[in-house]
Amino acid sequence: MVDYQEYLAFIYSALESLNKKKVALSEDTELVGDIGLSSLEVMEFIEKIEDHFDISIPLNILPDVSTIGELAKKIHQLNL
Amino acid sequence: MLFDKFQAMADFRAELAEQDVAPFGAVTEKILSATEGIVQGHKVILAGTNNYLGLSYDARCIAKAQEAAQLWGTGTTGSRLANGSFEGHQALEDEIAAFYGVNHAIAFSTGYAATMGMCATLAGPGDVILMDADSHSSIYSGVKLSGADIIRFKHSNPEDLAKRLRRLGDRAGQALIIAEGIYSMLGDVAPLQEIAELKREYGGYLLVDEAHSMGVLGDSGRGAAQAAGVESDVDFIVGTFSKSLGSVGGFCVSPHAELEHIRFCINAYIFTASSSPSVIASTREALRIISSEPERRTQLWQNSNQLYDGLKSLGLKVGPSASPVVAIEFGDHAKTIACWQGLMERGVYVNLVVPPASPSSNFLLRNSVSAAHTPQQIDTIIAAYASLKDSGLLTSAEHDAA
Repeated sequence: MVDYQEYLAFIYSALESLNKKKVALSEDTELVGDIGLSSLEVMEFIEKIEDHFDISIPLNILPDVSTIGELAKKIHQLNL
Repeated sequence: MLFDKFQAMADFRAELAEQDVAPFGAVTEKILSATEGIVQGHKVILAGTNNYLGLSYDARCIAKAQEAAQLWGTGTTGSRLANGSFEGHQALEDEIAAFYGVNHAIAFSTGYAATMGMCATLAGPGDVILMDADSHSSIYSGVKLSGADIIRFKHSNPEDLAKRLRRLGDRAGQALIIAEGIYSMLGDVAPLQEIAELKREYGGYLLVDEAHSMGVLGDSGRGAAQAAGVESDVDFIVGTFSKSLGSVGGFCVSPHAELEHIRFCINAYIFTASSSPSVIASTREALRIISSEPERRTQLWQNSNQLYDGLKSLGLKVGPSASPVVAIEFGDHAKTIACWQGLMERGVYVNLVVPPASPSSNFLLRNSVSAAHTPQQIDTIIAAYASLKDSGLLTSAEHDAA
């Protein structure tokens, strides 16, 4: 069973190449608001997480997610 | 604050205005034939429509529309569930079901309403939808309304779909898989044989949107599923009357008798006025013509090959195979706009496509072919691109950029 911290750690590493503004990343960092991910980049980033953990992340959870911490929490809940 | 989110669009429009071009909602001032018109003051060949079989201006369809308007009036003034079900609506549903060789059909007022309505209604909370990532906006809007879990698979990628079906475990057997026939922007055809095989392996239901492939593919013009020989695996086909049939409206056909109950649960069907009698009448005539005149489809493919080969030989970045939609991808946005304008000045109207209508961050010049184009008109379109190249507007750096 993958725990919250593992999801979080992978999200940080998956964001490295997309974090063009070199924003300092924390659980409170907003994916779109702070890092400035475009909608295409969000999908690319989600696919990386899906393939790494061999899971599918439904699109319909995304409107409730704005920060890195919220995303890790949501994925963790979905895959308990 | 309310309007802040529209600033990016305002900036883009200002940029276009500076270049003195208006590619979106370009006004057609006159239609001269199925393939010619006057658009923004330019007499042009229409190479940016979806008039695949050239039926929008067919004398027989026009006559049927006129006759229906005389007999039935200009509108129904109501929904199909209230006062808006006329004889013609019922007859069209019977005829479209017969065309597809199934027993059940629903006619909608637009193609968008058909696709959105079906996608919003078939699956609900607790269900799961697997959709192609490059699906049309009507599919995205529908699934969003459904309340189901929405999982995207990579565009036309059966391996990715297989992976996602496997990850679903027991839920795969009840999943709704959504794909299109021909994808409208790049003209590529979905790998429906492979998708149908996966459906057979994992279970679930398959919905195919044949909006751009009806009348275009398949021995009798039923679309990509017919061409792939997998119609018996498809649970729902949705499509439109506004492309090959040259009118407006949409449909869903299915072998499942449950479609008759589903009909009464689709908001996009219940809470909108039904199609005008004239629209229904011309659609019925066009449906008859596409069955009785298969040579139109042959001509469409000849024209498509001619345009595809011609643009390819100019070195343009076209798709992997010929199709009635021949799109050219550009990395340089300003050049794309200049080329679109250059084509208008050379008497050719095509579609300028920008994200999110384009599937990537690239801009597209989308050329579409009609059976009604003459070989000379196709040559004129190719010559217009050649002239753009000669004038330096289109250089190898631009057309190869992606």
